[in-house]
Amino acid sequence: MNLDAKIPAGPLAEKWDKHKFNLKLVNPANKRKYDVIVVGTGLAGASAAASLAELGYNVKAFCFQDSPRRAHSIAAQGGINAAKNYQNDGDSVYRLFYDTIKGGDYRAREGNVYRLAQVSVNIIDQCVAQGVPFAREYGGLLDNRSFGGSQVSRTFYARGQTGQQLLLGAYSALNRQIHLGKVKMYTRTEMLDVVTIDGQAKGIVTRSLTSGKIDTHTGHAVLLCTGGYGNVFYLSTNAAGSNVTAAWRAHKRGALFANPCYTQIHPTCIPVTGSHQSKLTLMSESLRNDGRVWAPKTIAIAEQLRKGTLKADQVKEEDRDYFLERKYPSFGNLVPRDVASRNAKEMVDENRGVGGSGIAVFLDFADAIKRLGQEAVAAKYGNLFDMYYQITNEDPYKQPMRIYPAVHYTMGGLWVDYNLSTNVPGLYALGECNFSDHGANRLGASALMQGLADGYFVIPYTLGDYLATIGPKPVDANHPAFEKTKQEVVTRINTLLALKGTKTVNEYHRDLGHIMWEYCGMARTEEGLTKAKGLIQALRADFWKNAIVVGENEEVNASLEKAGRVADFLELGELMVDDALMRKESCGGHFRLESQTEEGEALRDDEHFTFVGAWEYKGDNQPEELHKEDLNFEFVHLTQRSYK
Amino acid sequence: MSTGNMNLTLKVWRQKNAQSAGKMVTYKAENISPDMSFLEMLDVVNESLILKGDEPIHFDHDCREGICGMCSLYINGRPHGPKRAITTCQLHMRSFHDGETITIEPWRAAAFPVVKDLAVDRSAFDRIQQSGGFVSVNTGGVPDANEIAIPKVIADEAFNSATCIGCGACVAACKNASAMLFVSAKISQLAMLPQGQPERWSRVQAMVAQMDAEGFGSCTNTGACEAECPKEISLTNISRMNNDYFSAKLFREEHVHEHGTSGE
Amino acid sequence: MSEFKQTFNSSLGKKLIMALTGLFLCTFLIVHLGGNLFLFRDDKGYGFNVYANFLAHFPPIEVIAYLLYLCIIVHSIYALVLTINNRSARPVTYVAHNDAPASWSSKNMGILGSILLLFIVIHMGDFWFTYKFNNVLGFKEYKTNLVTGDRTVTDFKPGYADFENSISTEGNNEIVRVKDLHARVVWSFSHLWYVVFYVIAMGAVSFHLVHGFQSAFQTLGWTHRKYTPIVKFIGTWLFAVIIPLGFALMPIVYYIQSLSK
Repeated sequence: MNLDAKIPAGPLAEKWDKHKFNLKLVNPANKRKYDVIVVGTGLAGASAAASLAELGYNVKAFCFQDSPRRAHSIAAQGGINAAKNYQNDGDSVYRLFYDTIKGGDYRAREGNVYRLAQVSVNIIDQCVAQGVPFAREYGGLLDNRSFGGSQVSRTFYARGQTGQQLLLGAYSALNRQIHLGKVKMYTRTEMLDVVTIDGQAKGIVTRSLTSGKIDTHTGHAVLLCTGGYGNVFYLSTNAAGSNVTAAWRAHKRGALFANPCYTQIHPTCIPVTGSHQSKLTLMSESLRNDGRVWAPKTIAIAEQLRKGTLKADQVKEEDRDYFLERKYPSFGNLVPRDVASRNAKEMVDENRGVGGSGIAVFLDFADAIKRLGQEAVAAKYGNLFDMYYQITNEDPYKQPMRIYPAVHYTMGGLWVDYNLSTNVPGLYALGECNFSDHGANRLGASALMQGLADGYFVIPYTLGDYLATIGPKPVDANHPAFEKTKQEVVTRINTLLALKGTKTVNEYHRDLGHIMWEYCGMARTEEGLTKAKGLIQALRADFWKNAIVVGENEEVNASLEKAGRVADFLELGELMVDDALMRKESCGGHFRLESQTEEGEALRDDEHFTFVGAWEYKGDNQPEELHKEDLNFEFVHLTQRSYK
Repeated sequence: MSTGNMNLTLKVWRQKNAQSAGKMVTYKAENISPDMSFLEMLDVVNESLILKGDEPIHFDHDCREGICGMCSLYINGRPHGPKRAITTCQLHMRSFHDGETITIEPWRAAAFPVVKDLAVDRSAFDRIQQSGGFVSVNTGGVPDANEIAIPKVIADEAFNSATCIGCGACVAACKNASAMLFVSAKISQLAMLPQGQPERWSRVQAMVAQMDAEGFGSCTNTGACEAECPKEISLTNISRMNNDYFSAKLFREEHVHEHGTSGE
Repeated sequence: MSEFKQTFNSSLGKKLIMALTGLFLCTFLIVHLGGNLFLFRDDKGYGFNVYANFLAHFPPIEVIAYLLYLCIIVHSIYALVLTINNRSARPVTYVAHNDAPASWSSKNMGILGSILLLFIVIHMGDFWFTYKFNNVLGFKEYKTNLVTGDRTVTDFKPGYADFENSISTEGNNEIVRVKDLHARVVWSFSHLWYVVFYVIAMGAVSFHLVHGFQSAFQTLGWTHRKYTPIVKFIGTWLFAVIIPLGFALMPIVYYIQSLSK
């Protein structure tokens, strides 16, 4: 298979403009003859659905939540990057592009990333016009703050809930189109399969989560905006409902899955307290603007801290190791996430971890409180401090926060070209669901940027090109492919419902998560990954024998929903391990212990691995086939990343 | 049982679907760690139910960090339980004591029919938003973000209204099952900002009409909604909405055809 | 549906009517208390009876009076309609008691209002109806020496059936003949059960208005960081303390006086 990314030729800054000009247009009167299916209503989905409906297409939008406003984009805390250079601190489109490429450890496409940086400025304009209440200065203009991996302040934010405010903006645009009758919204509806006719995506099969009814929907194109697959780790910062099913079903219908092993482990999350835990809570990266990360210098002091005989604030200055500031003097606490996470792990591995379990380091605000006063710190981060207090029952104004890395985001996803089209014509992937822009590590405040860039400013152009090519002839809803796919979905549901074993689906999920975290988490080895592959295969086989699913299809059945999602995670997990095994280098969030510099940083192997690894599904329990899309760097010189 | 763990009695509303009648059913929750969240406690109970082949207690939840607004339980007579300014998913079991009986009910409102057990249908909120909770701008073609200067005090106040997570606790808490805190927060946010001005007077009319069509009660200014709101949305929003509504209806030219669509 | 009809049929419109009628009734209470302070004057009912006579015979006051009756009726009917709507907004009630942190009075405006309506019916039947349509009240003749200020009072029997009032002067004396509502007050407030009922009703006024007055401003959208505290102060001290206390003292004082007679 020849993977053509369709990156336009020419100078970086002209690629997108030139491409837009070359894309075919659908005339306004014809737009209403096309139906577009949008699955997922987070930032990417809601913005795409609204923008396409504004253009005149008929949109059908789907979400499994009870309202499109609840998609997990809502939980993003810190902010959204844009190359506005409002702070006059040297930012530019090129710098945002460069920071993102470098942050992703040179494993993203130059063309895509440059376009992302270009449209970032439009996103902020769009959101402000919708009434998104970004933080402002006293002069009434927009405020910015700094995020990891950059030395400029380009992050726009809305207190600690930027995600909610941006999603509410996109949701309001979506609501307007629902009101105008251009979007038909299906809530509490889960997509369970893609229908392809002659190799083109022409519809989807859904299950109503209230009545259990299985339906088919036709569309000239299907857009998957269904987020990431971090929940394969069981414990992550994702929502309980976040899942890979839509993307995985598409993968099984032919869409390639790219770089599945690229997982972002976020450095500042609240540590695990016990086996009952169902999710991990992020403490925004913005906290690293003022918080200082440290661990005790000696094991002896760490032990006292773990036993509780010594309080963190009693540890003397000379006994503290501000390890990020020590190792990376120029970026300090604001190194990229993968670097910060790995260093925290190193502290714990050296037995210098703190907290009851010893699996945590400190994020300390004592200096910031001394410098700015408690009130100013509360104004900036109050809601995050409250959140921390609710979960841990500890007051972060008095004692430093205990933090530890947790799975947060997945850079991998469905393979898409420059047009956001998967290799299945008519099937598109937007936002976290695709693999395209972040390489091997995503910079903070770039997920929101990418989701909205895809939905507001890329897909409205690129989709038109495809639709103009295929023409407005209605999709035949009676085509046998619909019934056939629907029957396959029904069969699968019945198989799941027939599982009457002795182990709950949740336990399988937890077991899978342990395997993934242990062997495919922050540090990976050939040996561990090989072991994990066997463990996952065994676990999957056991699932189909011994899992227990209760209830029936024709009702609200959370047990069935969860079973379907975990079954897909059990397959994805193996592919992630395969990908991690294949990629013998370290890059960004993918850290192979075998490949590191003398200082313990990720060591890339550009000669052999400067490519996107895109996997093709070959049938149940069959090894997937790897396709390589070579990454060509024309404008950026590949170097060892340094944040020192 | 490790130290500090609790045994609790749960009285839970069980209802198969919207059509069937429901009832309170008693369950035991054993060996519950005080560090668990309330939803994790229910997870534990559900695991044991599933192993017995029984259907788990259904409840809405998603982000489990207090922002998506999906979780919704009415715990011991209080929406989102006994603590101030948090959602159910942020409530931890350390707020309860060993041997306690906890009553768990769904939000109760004609406009929020029960879907199953503790989950209710809040699509009425979506329909209210769809009736006018937006600024009519298309993608692209908007001015530069810094061309609109907004005084910080206005921006902050609009932000306070915008923090609403649409969970419906205000409706659940109100003795009249009124949705006015929610609706007014949405209206206020846009009414305060310059971007919201062009449609200010038609928006308030459309959204209030839809709110009434959904069958919510009216406001008696008890302030229960404000007290129970996990995001501490202020009652002032309702006052602002009223003011805008009366201005729009009695003194403005803008007219909105009332096309309030009723719930499904 | 006309726009006005639409407006007043909306949930907010109904609340607007509640607020406006409520505030009007509040202002009436101030006037009513002011007039009734004559009851505390030891002038054998002269001031009070003249005041009552003035209210009954000054045409603008009569117009306002009918507006007042209308307000009472509208306020009650809309309260009933809103209560019914509000009940139907929650057809299935909670099992666990809702101890939402809201004030008791705000949650019980309906009960308090019902007590007040009952009170108003009895109160008006006793004084207003008796005064206007019944012939049970006698007349008093007040003869005031304009030079010395001395005043004598005697019962007066009018010469014809539809006598209303008269003012005349004879030499240095002014002679005022008016209906003797004061006697009715003395008689009514000599009954303990009646006094108790009044005091309870004034308690209801207090609780109704401690919430109601400031609530009306909230409903009208008249809230402001600077002025709302003033509204709350007035609502609490004037309408929930001074006015109900003033009214409640009247039956108590008269009852105590009746014991010593």
